[in-house]
Amino acid sequence: MTLVCFRGVKANTFGLFPAHLFRGKTGALFCTLTHSGAKNKIRSESLQTQTASSLNKVNPAQTRKESRRTTHGFEAVIGIETHVQLSTTTKAFCNCPYSYGSLPNTTICPVCMGHPGTLPVLNSKIVEFAVKLGLALNCKLFMSSKFDRKQYFYPDLPKGYQISQFDIPIATGGYVDLDIPLEFGGGHRKFGITRVHMEEDAGKSIHSENQSYSQVDLNRAGVPLLEIVSEPDMRTGVEAAEYAAEMQRLVRYMGISNGNMQEGSMRCDVNISVRPVGQSEFGTKVEIKNMNSFNAMNRAVDFEISRQVNLHNQGQGNQIVQETRLWDDGSQKTITMRKKEGLSDYRYFPEPDLPEVVITEEYVNGLRASLPEIPELKRRRFEQMGLNMQDVLFLTNDINVANFFDSTVEKGGDIKQTANWIMSDIAAYLKSSQLLITEMKLTSEELAVLISSIKSGVISGKIGKEILFELMSKGGSVKSMIKEKDLVQITDPSAIEALVNKVINNNPKQLEQYRGGKTKLQGYFAGQAMKESKGKANPILLNKLLLEKLNAKP
Amino acid sequence: MPSASLLQNPRILLTSQTPFHRNLRHHIHTPNALPLQAPLSVTTSPPKSSILEIQKSILSQTQKASDIASEYLARIRQMEPRIQSFLHVAEEEKVMREAEKVDMKVERGEEIGPLAGVLVGVKDNICTKDMPSTAGSKILEGYRPAFDATAVRKMKKLGAIIVGKTNLDEFGMGSTTEGSGFHGTANPWDLSRVPGGSSGGSAAAVSARQCVVSLGSDTGGSVRQPASFCGVVGIKPTYGRVSRFGLMAYASSLDVIGCMGSSVIDAAILLNAISGHDKLDSTSSKHEIVDYASDIISKDFTNSSNPLKGLRVGMIKETLGEGVDAAVTSSIQASALHLEALGCVVTEVSLPSFSLGLPAYYVLASSESSSNLSRYDSVRYGNQIAADEITALYGDSRANGFGSEVKMRILMGTYALSAGYYDAYYKRAQRVRTLIKKSFKDALDSNDILISPAAPSAAYRIGEKTNDALAMYAGDISTVNVNLAGLPALVVPCGFVEGGTSGLPVGLQMIGAAFDEAKLLKVGHVFEQTLQNCKFVPPLLSESYGSDSTQ
Repeated sequence: MTLVCFRGVKANTFGLFPAHLFRGKTGALFCTLTHSGAKNKIRSESLQTQTASSLNKVNPAQTRKESRRTTHGFEAVIGIETHVQLSTTTKAFCNCPYSYGSLPNTTICPVCMGHPGTLPVLNSKIVEFAVKLGLALNCKLFMSSKFDRKQYFYPDLPKGYQISQFDIPIATGGYVDLDIPLEFGGGHRKFGITRVHMEEDAGKSIHSENQSYSQVDLNRAGVPLLEIVSEPDMRTGVEAAEYAAEMQRLVRYMGISNGNMQEGSMRCDVNISVRPVGQSEFGTKVEIKNMNSFNAMNRAVDFEISRQVNLHNQGQGNQIVQETRLWDDGSQKTITMRKKEGLSDYRYFPEPDLPEVVITEEYVNGLRASLPEIPELKRRRFEQMGLNMQDVLFLTNDINVANFFDSTVEKGGDIKQTANWIMSDIAAYLKSSQLLITEMKLTSEELAVLISSIKSGVISGKIGKEILFELMSKGGSVKSMIKEKDLVQITDPSAIEALVNKVINNNPKQLEQYRGGKTKLQGYFAGQAMKESKGKANPILLNKLLLEKLNAKP
Repeated sequence: MPSASLLQNPRILLTSQTPFHRNLRHHIHTPNALPLQAPLSVTTSPPKSSILEIQKSILSQTQKASDIASEYLARIRQMEPRIQSFLHVAEEEKVMREAEKVDMKVERGEEIGPLAGVLVGVKDNICTKDMPSTAGSKILEGYRPAFDATAVRKMKKLGAIIVGKTNLDEFGMGSTTEGSGFHGTANPWDLSRVPGGSSGGSAAAVSARQCVVSLGSDTGGSVRQPASFCGVVGIKPTYGRVSRFGLMAYASSLDVIGCMGSSVIDAAILLNAISGHDKLDSTSSKHEIVDYASDIISKDFTNSSNPLKGLRVGMIKETLGEGVDAAVTSSIQASALHLEALGCVVTEVSLPSFSLGLPAYYVLASSESSSNLSRYDSVRYGNQIAADEITALYGDSRANGFGSEVKMRILMGTYALSAGYYDAYYKRAQRVRTLIKKSFKDALDSNDILISPAAPSAAYRIGEKTNDALAMYAGDISTVNVNLAGLPALVVPCGFVEGGTSGLPVGLQMIGAAFDEAKLLKVGHVFEQTLQNCKFVPPLLSESYGSDSTQ
């Protein structure tokens, strides 16, 4: 448990994640869900229900002691639509750049403003990114897909239609694997992916406070998106949030998006319905928007489930209507945004301005070969290397961290030691200096040398820790640093004996007290001796000799 | 000359007993179906290329570009009050400055482009950055694009001078130019008639020599039918041959920019200038570009006794039946005979799916237009009617900005794309389109070109079709199929029918295989240069300038 706490505190401070992940009070968990309140709630709930495993349609064999999958005889059915903004240098169909936070209407052109006579030209990078994500999600790819127009009027939709994909998306029928952190009960999950399709983003409407006017910013109009639609396979807030977290990891691993939820680079719309346990039809579906962290997602989903279950229990199940609700972070509630009046008809039809998107086996194979190892495969590999799930989840959360770990081990770093160094001192340093792991000066080679220098006894762990900070901030090599500063560990017993003798002789009063029964003073002597050696004395040897001397007959 | 006086006396030739002539017999019903003799003069020379003449005059310094420009500007001033071809005429000073630049270049011995000093009219649904571009719609009144359409940019680069923006049926939706949001245009052959549409302004301006050549756009016949009505040459290139960038979309999968001129060579030179792949239009083709003009300019086909020897010509049976004026049919049949005399082998071909083209076209074109016109919401540009909330802003601005034909097509298209109707209309129309493509392919496998009338009649009277949309749509029967198949087609004036003071021109449509424009232009050129006693200069012009001043 101490290890978990240690890691929790240290690791959550890891400077590799967007700041919003660490807004929770204590940051009990390093990777995704950081709100201790949520954690406690789920834990207490999980105590109440132990019989949920029979309901799990994804993998019935799994044990389900972690979080509860049913509430008062009801189970929730959750599906998620995720919009991921692609980090291409230009927009989907024109040459405008896009960067979050630009002054309104500064990254626009006649094409993305929908001026008469303009035509879309597909940025081929989008197809590449879509294929990559499709492969990473184990999807079947359509070798020939097409774009369609989704039509509706809104001031931030310049053309009056959104270019999207309707009946032939680029990828369909995949799945994603993930591991629930131990804090939430642990366990492996496999969630189905219905489809991945390419589309363009709309602009932003900004409404004045008194609602007297609205302004439109078209910077975002035409920015490429991938929409990932999941199967309705999730049952709890934790599962929904972990699914989203895995999507974020995936798009970051693939280098196709920054996945930033605060800036809206990744947006999740969650569809939730509840039904009595054992019923096969779905209940009435409610869509929830406006969750800008995984933590918020977890809480929003759990809130909405209990809202719906409560309505059922009060005999007011008919009050659950098909609608879109917003998560309000302030009141920690979902509130009605708009009720759906009938089905909206988007009048999809094939986009005549764009030719079919045809990809070849060769193209796909080329991309497949260039894909990084996906998080799931990394986790399984790290597990096989002997790391526990806590460590595995920590190290695989960020591909750069995982790569640093891999590289250090490859260069001879001890597996467990490497993991520990990365998760403790290195993580703390990165946090305090607000750096990414790729930005610090320490290389994986030097970390490997450092670890083996300690293991082989050339330097002490304490010295190791000290020079680590210098290596991280200033760079340089472990060997030259040891040489330059004369840091080689003193392991010669006679040299250590001399040190011990000196300290004992210099502290006759303390020696008297020690021998009078105040044995706690051993620590004092050890400290003095270590200080005398400038920290270089082998601590085991030092303590052994010190004890001998202290306990020797006067 | 192989076919001298053919058109004047087709009946005589019909007595000769070739199989084709037997086939033709049943089409001739009435004596008044006889094509009329062109009344202007008894002996006429075939049309010369105005572009080549201009280039020659400028280079040899027999005439200055500025003199030519002022001649055309004077004609615009004189004709425009009666014809109203233009929605916007360039400032005379600007045009003159451009022309003077050409003269200076010539004086300095610098190279000039093939379109140097050529005054071009541009249909107003094609974007020009220094002139308003409204597509004939009130909703875009005063709109000035930020860029030139690719076709315009390419013409300018070769020295063309844009003289104005020509009138059209709003967004290209119409066949008479009466659907313009601003004013109608009169047919120079008979001011009480329409010039056709939707590129009526472009056709009338060339016909009245207000410009040398013009750009039109053709979604269902909008270049070819007005060319026929106004007695000018019009070519609708293969879909994708010319970039659509800068063409305000009506029906994206059918739209194509086309060229009009008073001779086939002029149309060919202009097509040369604007063809080619454009990275701003993903539907533009990378198909090899052929020099459409050089070949026909360099060879003198008139010296050969049968210059089109062995060319297989299929006459489309379905375009000559019911609903087609007998006089038009006769003109086409006479044209067929003329082609035979030139060495062609003419047979009748049947395209069984032809009649399905019209409904399929109107479903598809309306569907696409309902979507393409969504952007005219008055939020970013265009006429806006102030309102308290957004749906009223949309509703009022669009109700006020669009004309009734446009509204009707938006409604039809929206309906056809609605859930529950999509399969019955849009999808079915797409299937018809596939059928039509196939039947054209079959017909063009066994024929080099296909021929038909460009329209079932000569120019309508103003107001004749305004209250009967279906009758107007029916007039598009011989052209829409070509757009559905994406094929190139050339319309060349081929004869006259009764009407006006001196007869009304009729055009022959020649349809080719995809990207086979060169063949069409060659055949069209030979046809045009060997046609006798037909002078396609409207009487209006002869009255003002004398019959030979403006060839």
